[in-house]
Amino acid sequence: MANLKDLKIRIKSVKSTQKITSAMKMVAAAKLRRAQEAAEAARPYAQRMERMIASLGAKVGSSGGPRLIAGTGKDDVHMIVVATADRGLCGGFNSSIVRAARRRIIELEREGKTVKIMTVGRKARDQLRRTHGAKIVKSMENVARTVVGFETADNIARELIHAFDAGEFDVCTIFFNRFKSAMSQIVTAQQLIPASVPEAEEEQGDELKALYEYEPDEEGILAALLPRNVATQIYAALLENAASEHGARMTAMDSATRNAGDMIDRLTMTYNRTRQAVITKELIEIISGAEAL
Amino acid sequence: MAETTQFELVSPERLVLSRDVEMVVVPGSEGYFGVLPRHAPMISTLSAGVIDIYQGGSVVERIFVAGGFAEVTETRCTVLAEEARPLGEVTLADVEKELAGDRDVLKDTKDEVEREKLQDRIRMLEALADAKRKAA
Repeated sequence: MANLKDLKIRIKSVKSTQKITSAMKMVAAAKLRRAQEAAEAARPYAQRMERMIASLGAKVGSSGGPRLIAGTGKDDVHMIVVATADRGLCGGFNSSIVRAARRRIIELEREGKTVKIMTVGRKARDQLRRTHGAKIVKSMENVARTVVGFETADNIARELIHAFDAGEFDVCTIFFNRFKSAMSQIVTAQQLIPASVPEAEEEQGDELKALYEYEPDEEGILAALLPRNVATQIYAALLENAASEHGARMTAMDSATRNAGDMIDRLTMTYNRTRQAVITKELIEIISGAEAL
Repeated sequence: MAETTQFELVSPERLVLSRDVEMVVVPGSEGYFGVLPRHAPMISTLSAGVIDIYQGGSVVERIFVAGGFAEVTETRCTVLAEEARPLGEVTLADVEKELAGDRDVLKDTKDEVEREKLQDRIRMLEALADAKRKAA
């Protein structure tokens, strides 16, 4: 049986761990709220952009259009953007994204495609470096330090479009966690390039399409709109990711705090039992000593 | 009360402004155009310039946008701006300082994507400085 001093030290250490995890939980909760607000605030822009693209895309239709919609006509080289957090201690958040990305990479390679990887967030790079290090063309860190800015998304979009125009890849997909609730996040793969044209809503579809005037022409607007749309989608993905990260961390830290509590209870119980046993033993020693006289 | 149209200014980060206005003048890429209620539906790209909001026959608010898109229907006008700054909140000196700083950075930047980004930014700031000078 462990002696009293060891137990005391043990209890103290678990208690301080518990303090840390519960503080992290609080911080994550506060950050989660901020991240959710940011995601909420960014929604109007994304919605309206989608609406415009829907009405434009329907007009340009399948008759080609800019390369960002029509693609290069091949799908030999895939660019995979893996967006994770910079830090761990958030349950399976990072691993689940990386796992999904890794599965896709293997799948693509089996089909004989070339894969290039761009990592956003330190964990993605750390986890992929060992197995797919040679394919990583670009790594970014510190994206979600405080609140994700649109500039970050814009930078990534510029890099991607630049590479796309240079013919470095044909298809681009981003992997991130969609925020469902603080408890659950869904790993999502979203195709960025070529852009998928959202279907125009039924009731407004046909009539509005015909009604709009375009200045300059449809193609001109699309050419300006599509790069922005890539940035907007990345931005939305990063925001979802940030909210998911804090949600995941909150849940993970909550259960860690609870586990620490359970452990403290158990250790305290053992401590008290041991203490009692020691006292009893001492008493027995004294009494039997007295009787022997 | 005169007829109004709903004007919305949205930046990627948030909804900047949403209000009913009598008329807005928007810097279209092929020239400024005014939007009154019951304007014909149209979609246009914007160049960097100033949006004027009219209320009661005079300008009540001037906002600089760094390009973007406008969607106009009979009842509303939505502007998706890349960056929006109320003209009253910036001073020419600040803009020029920012501009000088960015030009310095551009000189030392080799990376192509990075350069392109800085050039876009400088163009935007130049337009802002211009607008500010005209307004003064």
